[in-house]
Amino acid sequence: MIYAPPRLVPAGDAAILIEFADEIDDAINDRVHACAQTLRAQNHPAVRDLIPAYASLLVCFDPEQIAFAKMRVWLRQALDAPPTRAPFAPRRIEIPTRYGGAEGPDLAFLAEFSGLTERQVVELHASVEYRVYLIGFAPGFAYLGSVPDAIAAPRLATPRTRVPVGSVGIAGKQTGIYPLESPGGWRIIGRTTWHLFDPACEPPALLQPGDRVRFAPLSAL
Amino acid sequence: MLYVIEPGILTTIQDGGRWGYQALGVPVSGAMDGFALRAANTLVGNAPNAAGIEIHSPMVLRAERAHLLALTGAAATWEIGGHALPMWMSVFARPGTRIAIAPKRGGWIYLAVHGGIEVPRVLGSRSTFLRGKFGGLAGRALAAEDELEIGSAHLNDLVAAAGQRLETRPPQDSKIRVTPGPHADWFAPAALATLTRAEYRVTENADRMGYRLRGAPLPRARTGELISCGVPLGAIQIPADGQPIVLMADHQTTGGYPILATVIASDVRHLAQHSPGEYVRFALADTIQAD
Repeated sequence: MIYAPPRLVPAGDAAILIEFADEIDDAINDRVHACAQTLRAQNHPAVRDLIPAYASLLVCFDPEQIAFAKMRVWLRQALDAPPTRAPFAPRRIEIPTRYGGAEGPDLAFLAEFSGLTERQVVELHASVEYRVYLIGFAPGFAYLGSVPDAIAAPRLATPRTRVPVGSVGIAGKQTGIYPLESPGGWRIIGRTTWHLFDPACEPPALLQPGDRVRFAPLSAL
Repeated sequence: MLYVIEPGILTTIQDGGRWGYQALGVPVSGAMDGFALRAANTLVGNAPNAAGIEIHSPMVLRAERAHLLALTGAAATWEIGGHALPMWMSVFARPGTRIAIAPKRGGWIYLAVHGGIEVPRVLGSRSTFLRGKFGGLAGRALAAEDELEIGSAHLNDLVAAAGQRLETRPPQDSKIRVTPGPHADWFAPAALATLTRAEYRVTENADRMGYRLRGAPLPRARTGELISCGVPLGAIQIPADGQPIVLMADHQTTGGYPILATVIASDVRHLAQHSPGEYVRFALADTIQAD
């Protein structure tokens, strides 16, 4: 369901969740990121953080600088105003990826799951231009969608205690790249040497919400 | 400079937090008890959110130069050069003196030093984010033999600045105040009443990321998966087992568990100062109506 106008839901006394819809949809996600960009451009002194997600935008503010009710009025006005910036223009990024072998321990499972050969799984995964719906879970971790149904395998029943940095995984319709070594339950089919997150870089995250991403297989299987 | 003799466990450098990068998945971090850090900084003449040392277990330091110090937060003993000192007071430490700090029960303790702990700012903050291995001192907890640089002093007479005190009173009502939502409609109507009537025990799974609590279960009225959304500090997430997890300073920026209620900003620190095994009670804050 799409909420028109968007719902402004209290999330404590220092944050308001703007809900645009309760479903995942590209047009709604575009709207979330456009709205985040508009609010960012307004540069309100009490706003501390904006967290765009699939269909919502969390606005974190300092309750000692602005009263909750005033923040809500300001948000309502900002949402009603026509966009002050050019429409959101996504960047296109290709990520070189080595599939299978030690770097993609779940590729064989994906082949079994889908009834395809490993090569076909790779081709299918690399055939899609994915959208960065949001960044969360860890610094620079982009939730990319949507994975073709044939290879939309569920998470591992028991997560691995250690997934190497750069691992490319699938969890249902989502795919993503681990920006840090961490525990994880996604099905790992490959790995990239690209750094998804480096706090010394500006911007520190390689991928940003709204970007379009393709995986480029590095070598023939 | 402060020299670390005994680092304690997971002792980190924290400031007011790394705001503005949550859209990139970067947690805010910062002091678990922001009020205590600001008080300590104020006592030693720093900006309120200057970087200090967050302490959770016994630690020993040595003052390499003359320093103005203050210790705040959870109840602790501290000695400088063998003299026991009160907390919430600015104290002068002569060069070469030994500083020993030990919590009485648990909780988070803050040591501020005039000039602030001088480590590089990473994404605008000196706070340590251990999982990300950045911020603070090389992205890690303090270790024995670390040498902590201190920012330049602007007070001429540190001895004269010592002896400032802050009076602290325990909160009048020990209940942690919450507001409903943002996903209160995912729960049975009685869930909010249960949350605010029952006692919840802080489990051993309580760290800078989140506090898992245990008590009367908080059943959902709706099944299915919530679409992941941004989550605020203090959010009370309810996974399928009905037991609450409260998000703390190093929490993930997004989450997919419904949030029954959210601890108000000024009370997150009260919850933070509860140790595993202690009980907490929640109460509804003055309500804020959704539109």
